[in-house]
Amino acid sequence: MADGIPIEITGLTKRFGAVTAVEDLGFTVQPGKVTGFLGPNGAGKTTTLRVLLGLERPDAGTATFGGTPYAALPRPLETVGASLDASFHPGRSARNHLLVYATAAGIDRSRVPAVLAQVGIAEYADRRVGGYSLGMRQRLALAYTLLGDPGVFVLDEPINGLDPEGIKWIRGFLQALAREGRTVLVSSHLLSEVQQSVDDVVIISKGRLVKRGTLASLELDAAPRTIVDSPDRAALVAALDAAGLEYTEGRGGLIVAEPDPARVGHAAFVGGVELSALHRLKSGLEESFLSLVGGGDES
Amino acid sequence: MNGWNAIGAEFRKVFTTRMWWLLAIILFAYVGVTAGGLGAFLGWATANPEAAAEASGGPGGGAVVPPGTELAPLIYSFASSIGYVFPVLLGALAVTSEYRHKTLTPTFLAAPHRQVVLWSKFATQIVIGAGLGVVAFAASVGAGAAALAGFGLDTGLDSSDTWALIGRGVLALALWGGIGVGLGVLVVNQVAAIVIVIVFAQFIEPILRIVASLSEVTAAIGKFLPGAASDALVGASFYTMATPGGTAQSLEWWQGGLVLLGIAVVATVIGGATTWRRDVT
Repeated sequence: MADGIPIEITGLTKRFGAVTAVEDLGFTVQPGKVTGFLGPNGAGKTTTLRVLLGLERPDAGTATFGGTPYAALPRPLETVGASLDASFHPGRSARNHLLVYATAAGIDRSRVPAVLAQVGIAEYADRRVGGYSLGMRQRLALAYTLLGDPGVFVLDEPINGLDPEGIKWIRGFLQALAREGRTVLVSSHLLSEVQQSVDDVVIISKGRLVKRGTLASLELDAAPRTIVDSPDRAALVAALDAAGLEYTEGRGGLIVAEPDPARVGHAAFVGGVELSALHRLKSGLEESFLSLVGGGDES
Repeated sequence: MNGWNAIGAEFRKVFTTRMWWLLAIILFAYVGVTAGGLGAFLGWATANPEAAAEASGGPGGGAVVPPGTELAPLIYSFASSIGYVFPVLLGALAVTSEYRHKTLTPTFLAAPHRQVVLWSKFATQIVIGAGLGVVAFAASVGAGAAALAGFGLDTGLDSSDTWALIGRGVLALALWGGIGVGLGVLVVNQVAAIVIVIVFAQFIEPILRIVASLSEVTAAIGKFLPGAASDALVGASFYTMATPGGTAQSLEWWQGGLVLLGIAVVATVIGGATTWRRDVT
């Protein structure tokens, strides 16, 4: 196994005509952890990864593996395993797909059956990929990243299209890679999809960095709030106003900017309002993520 | 990464999908039927000149086959004069299918030096083009010689000239494979590349060659058309009969080969400096 190398992105800017896809983006991804690269669709995640992998040229800045750009890596597949879009020639079998790239990268062909078994598609290896389900394609894309037993993994939306069993499998798989000291960067547009498998997060929105840190630090950012509702909404609003509490209208009632439900209950009691709901808002992580990326209104 | 690995990968790409043997089978059948059928017709016309002249133009009609025409090279060269489209197609598909199926991503991840990948395709398609050339000449010589022998005519198979022609024909189809790679990397779009190959081969070039043969000046230019250069390299073609009385000019065989090689290299260099360097999205 190759050593984990940090991924270093500095001042990265990429424009497509008048559109700036990524602007002055900088972050580092450390070995030994799973890092979630998060942001809504169109935030610039895939563009960042394509620049990092030498598939697109940046307008400014650098993206390297421990200081070396992808194109300058002496043995790229044995240093970095990357999967971007799970696309294959539909007429080629999984085994032949991997043999083609093992040949190109000078990797021993005995790795091909090994990685097919590792991702659990050995029994379909000689079927043409055109007949594969999305989940099987994702596994084949992962098999490609494993060919060179690299120390760095860069995976774009690897969980997309997996069934619940596949999701469980990939979570364990990513954690195992990180425990072996490898660098693992996984992009997703859903925090909930990766929050059980990532240690660190890098969150971008509209091409800019909005948050980097541990998953736990993201949790702290999410100030807990209280949901309260009443059969008489107007009276409840009056009671909250009287108590000086800030609130917004939500689906399940009023979301009050107050972590302690007891204080909200007291305000209602003082106003003589009957309550139908009163509890703490728990989904803080996702809320925090959505407020960071400015997508909170969509849900 | 080195060039031999890249070439090995390109061969594997070709031989792990079905296109190569589909094209080889169609090529064999197409050339075999054409060479066998025309071999039989021209053989009959040569063996029975009066009956053929009567059938084609009534009394006073010219001979179908000019007296003294050597039929064997004419018929064998169908392998290159109609078969050249096949290595072009396979060469173009080697590039365009990477775009169509978005496999440039894994390709460039495994081998980030893009020019090495492109010239590996070029070298691979030259070799495969030569292989298709062997298939095509097996069909034209097999069917054509059988037809000629059926009319008691000379098959030319005991002549070294015939075998030299076959060798030059195989070289022509090899170079056409390289032209296919150049076309593919210039056009990139698979459907557009296929349409261009077919329209150019079946309509534009034949018309241009006939038009060019109408005057001395245009004929001097027309001999550089790729099909004309290919026929010059091979040394015989159906076109030399199809444009009787015209002033069609022909290059020396080696000049024809250089023209084909030049087209292939220039197209691949230009494509390699433009489309091939673009962002892979």
